[in-house]
Amino acid sequence: MTFRTPTGGSIDRNTLLHFTFNGRPYTGHPGDTLASALLAHGVHQIGSSVKLGRPRGIVAAGSEDPTSLVQVEAPFSEPMLLATTVELYDGLVARGLAGQGRLSPEPDPARYDAKHEHCDVLVVGAGPAGLVAALTAARSGARVVLVDEQNQAGGALLGVDEYLDDRPSAEWVADVVAELKSTPGVLVLERTTAFGMYQDGFVLALQKRTDHLGFAAPASVARQRVWRIRTRQTVLATGAHERPVAFADNDRPGIMLASSARTFLHRYGVLPGSRAVVFTTDDSAYCAAIDLAESGVDIALVTDARPEPPARLAAECAARGIEVRAGHVVAGTDGDRRVTGARIAPLAATSPDLTVDCDTVLVSGGWNPVVSLFSQARGKLRYDAELGAFVPGEELPTVRVAGSATGELDLGACARQGRDAGAQAAAAAGFTPGGQVPLPVSDSRCTARSGLVLWRVPGDDDASFVDLQRDSTVADVLRATGAGLRSLEHVKRYTTIGTAHDQGKTSGMIAAGIVAEELGVELAEQRPTTFRPPFTSVSFAALAGRDRGELHDPVRVTSIHPWHVAHGALFEDVGQWKRPWYYPRDGEDLHTAVLRECKATRESVGMMDGSTLGKIDVQGRDAGKFLDMLYTNMMSTLKVGRIRYGVMCGVDGMVIDDGTVIRVGEERYLVTTTTGNAAKILDWMEEWLQTEWPHLDVHCTSVTEHWATIPLVGPRSRDVLAAVAPSLDVSNEAFEFMTWREAEVAGVPARVCRISFSGELAYEINVTAWHGIAVWEALMAAGEKYGITPYGTETMHVLRAEKGYPIIGQETDATVTPQDLGMSWAVSKKKPDFIGKRSFARAENNRTDRKQLVGLLPVDPAVLLPEGSQIVETDRLPEPPVRMLGHVTSSYPSAALGRTFALALVRSGHERIGETLYVPVEDSLVPVTVTESVLYDKEGARRDG
Amino acid sequence: MQLIPCPWCGPREEAEFHYGGQAHVAYPEDPAALTDEQWAQYVFFRENPSGPFAERWSHHAGCRRWFNAVRDTRTHDLLAVYRVGEPMPEVTA
Amino acid sequence: MTVSPLAAWRDRLAALAPVLDVAEVPFRSQLTVRVSDPDALAAAGSALGVPFPSAACTFTSGTGPFGDAEVLWLGPDEFLVTASPGLQVTIEEVLRGALGTAGGSVVDTSAQRTTVVLQGPLVRQVLAHGCSVDLHPSSAPVGTCVQTLLARTGIVLQVTGEDRCTILVRSSFAEYFAAWLADACTEYLAVA
Ligand SMILES: [Zn+2]
Repeated sequence: MTFRTPTGGSIDRNTLLHFTFNGRPYTGHPGDTLASALLAHGVHQIGSSVKLGRPRGIVAAGSEDPTSLVQVEAPFSEPMLLATTVELYDGLVARGLAGQGRLSPEPDPARYDAKHEHCDVLVVGAGPAGLVAALTAARSGARVVLVDEQNQAGGALLGVDEYLDDRPSAEWVADVVAELKSTPGVLVLERTTAFGMYQDGFVLALQKRTDHLGFAAPASVARQRVWRIRTRQTVLATGAHERPVAFADNDRPGIMLASSARTFLHRYGVLPGSRAVVFTTDDSAYCAAIDLAESGVDIALVTDARPEPPARLAAECAARGIEVRAGHVVAGTDGDRRVTGARIAPLAATSPDLTVDCDTVLVSGGWNPVVSLFSQARGKLRYDAELGAFVPGEELPTVRVAGSATGELDLGACARQGRDAGAQAAAAAGFTPGGQVPLPVSDSRCTARSGLVLWRVPGDDDASFVDLQRDSTVADVLRATGAGLRSLEHVKRYTTIGTAHDQGKTSGMIAAGIVAEELGVELAEQRPTTFRPPFTSVSFAALAGRDRGELHDPVRVTSIHPWHVAHGALFEDVGQWKRPWYYPRDGEDLHTAVLRECKATRESVGMMDGSTLGKIDVQGRDAGKFLDMLYTNMMSTLKVGRIRYGVMCGVDGMVIDDGTVIRVGEERYLVTTTTGNAAKILDWMEEWLQTEWPHLDVHCTSVTEHWATIPLVGPRSRDVLAAVAPSLDVSNEAFEFMTWREAEVAGVPARVCRISFSGELAYEINVTAWHGIAVWEALMAAGEKYGITPYGTETMHVLRAEKGYPIIGQETDATVTPQDLGMSWAVSKKKPDFIGKRSFARAENNRTDRKQLVGLLPVDPAVLLPEGSQIVETDRLPEPPVRMLGHVTSSYPSAALGRTFALALVRSGHERIGETLYVPVEDSLVPVTVTESVLYDKEGARRDG
Repeated sequence: MQLIPCPWCGPREEAEFHYGGQAHVAYPEDPAALTDEQWAQYVFFRENPSGPFAERWSHHAGCRRWFNAVRDTRTHDLLAVYRVGEPMPEVTA
Repeated sequence: MTVSPLAAWRDRLAALAPVLDVAEVPFRSQLTVRVSDPDALAAAGSALGVPFPSAACTFTSGTGPFGDAEVLWLGPDEFLVTASPGLQVTIEEVLRGALGTAGGSVVDTSAQRTTVVLQGPLVRQVLAHGCSVDLHPSSAPVGTCVQTLLARTGIVLQVTGEDRCTILVRSSFAEYFAAWLADACTEYLAVA
């Protein structure tokens, strides 16, 4: 049997779409939603409830629907969509859910993106109020954005069959939209839900751009887009949602909001059933009853909870043979997978006096203005006792509300509010009004008389559902108040009402009303629960946008990167940088490759890409003075042409960074930072210069990426350099350790520094990044006869650890002083002050049991300690708590030492040298000998080659 | 995404800025002259008001300038921004 | 031999036409100038033949002894001078001379950022996918120069024409920028 009307609705009846629901084939038309297409086939049950497993149908026609959750399986599996908002397409496969879906294990092949949009006036909602507001603002010349969640403008007009200005309302809507779309500076976004409103006119809106195309969606077009709208003024014309009433067994499929049934009729040409009982507390449901009756639905009865039904509408019902029973309610229903009867009772009575057979119950308990965004914008809400709902309770400087979102239900008045709000918003944004937009005149038979506020019908509270999605009932609310909860926020959390996908659009107000009734307090004194984004569900894929895959986070690469890739390097992530980790040859694993790279470097020559090191040019008359304050040691006395290693501390005396300082000229230094700290240290320098010492003539400029930096390391490095820099005297006498020279290297102007992070003879060659790869290749060629070996970060770590050089962030963790690292030699005793100095005198920093950097040699030279392991004092673990002496910070096998070794921070470590300590590794305690941190070439004999 | 009005560049998204803690905490003239307690006050102790709070911000991704802002910690509203060296303006929260 | 950060992207960027004409302009001379003294600023402008911008978030351009040059406002005392390739050493000397004893600094940062020119009617639209600054001509007229974020990288964005922008991006982020731009153009390319 079909429930499709012979004519009507904005569907394309000439085109048939095939789809599958719960394994059965169905058909529908373009313009249908999954819900309307199913209703057209008489299918009401969508799924079942999450806790109780009760059948669940379709309650509303739009995004406020609490029950019609489906999983769309094709073209791509996506959970927790509402049948009422899934636009039908050919080939759609879906199934109903029991409150929970399943995320696809497959990667989503669709594209998602984001776009920033700026406007003077944002209008949310394209119903009559929103359309008039947008047009008024547009005619003033303002930049206007109009967003609406439906696939066509019209709002509430889409669900009625009424005339505006003596023509179908759709024509009026089409004219307004056409003018908007042809006005420069106006952007109309359909299928776009403003889901979050934040500070400073920031609104996030999700546009579903190709969902409705199904299999025909072009792969190159972003399926969904998050619009990041920044507006000066906002008009919220978000409308109102019809409110149900809680009564016993009010959750059966076939029980639907009256206005939603009217929408299914007029928008989709679908009847909700054959025989309906209407249960209302206000006037609007009469229009649904009359329209449905005229379309062939047998309206068995209209029960109006009010003692006096509206005379004119009652007369219209009588004229159509529809019985209206005043002072009556639906107090219960029969049926299982579909409602089969409604139990009618006088409002005051406790037992039903009549059961009416029906397959549909249409409910109207009044209207809830949609105030989510207004509330998110921090607008205060006010309880409107006549409406039985919270409405905007104040004016905001940049946010106006118009239409039924204010609680106004008369169309003419809504349009007038829209015009006023649009004009005020444009004026507030600095625009003078253009041509006045005429207000449409409606022929609606529905009056806007207020109804009776009724939250629940007395009956079986355990079967009277408040939140149909959460299976939360009147009884649950009573349990909450019975347990002493008084705040709506607490009741919400206790009962979970309003925490499902629909965020309580149809349930929140009823729960609030029942709480107030039970507590005997006025709702006006209750604070409504906070509305939080998102208004409707937003997928993580949409929020991620194009920040996925290779664009998830920037990958920073050096100028020499292509060479590393071409030569098989494996990479390590250091911050956002990709750094070569090691260069495996013929199936080598990490350890084998690193032992080879270390050996080659210590015995002949190796080379690495050090370009990621942070580099800061420090210039000015006071540069020396400034660096003296930043570093623990003296930099102003450094001679031009020389280099000094320096340590930086925070004001608390803890090490924050280290690096070399090159004196380039009388008033110019080049400072290096660790790779990960480059931006942080530049910020740190600027903070001191700008906020504390603005009188100093010093300027800092990042040159990190201007230079390619290549450490050339090992006893043969001098020979290699000499080969590519014939004009440079590389002898130890002419080019001393910790000095730098300008020279041509491989025909390119270079700054060569004699510094070493490995203890070996080494040079650091700096050239403009454009020349990086050419110079690298020239060095490789020149070093070929010495077996020059490119090495990565792992070998660098081993080489420096063998020399006891700490890595900031590995040996340190913001609790380590230079003294703890054994670097008192780098702390000036002469300088009157520098950052951190005063903290060195604090008692805490002078404790003898501070954790200090030492070396650890496992007694078994083959045992590799896991980094991060704890260190204990005894060879047997005592009862917990076990005193931890410290932890292993670095641990490697060493080619040079012929054994494993580690660095560690150990309590009183410097005093413990020679002691045996223990490291718990899995189930055993590994004995280790504490040593000085320098394990290789303690005399520094290798430095000069 | 909140807008922060950089005193030089105008309003920009919060993501372009770095937070620098309480403003007007001057580096002591002569740290060596301070007691441990006085020094600890400078290093570790900051105000935590409910209401207007003068803070330092840096327009890190823009002009790289540090400036001061008065933020209402209850609402995150920025009540005023002013350049380093300028006195904190009167604000009404 | 020199290699620019986006040398490997040349064809892929060119393939973004007809949506956008995109090309790296490699090896431009770039100098970061830090100075606040007004006389020194004027002297530097005279030496370059291009006055330094006096308004925040703008750039100036002109022709002088070093040919066509531009001065970009990066901060209240920070500017980026850009000119044709190969002039950085000379310009650095000349500018330092112009600053005289007024303090300040001049640093060769030519390889710190690379320059990408984007042209086409959709240029502001495409950039709006990742840039939160209002690029509407009424807010970002020709002559605008902002340091901001584009998606997850910092950029310097110059509006050089109604339909033309120049992006300066840190060299290490250049490939990320190019990949982002190509992705942002995908949809426009499909429609074009
Ligand atoms: Zn700024």
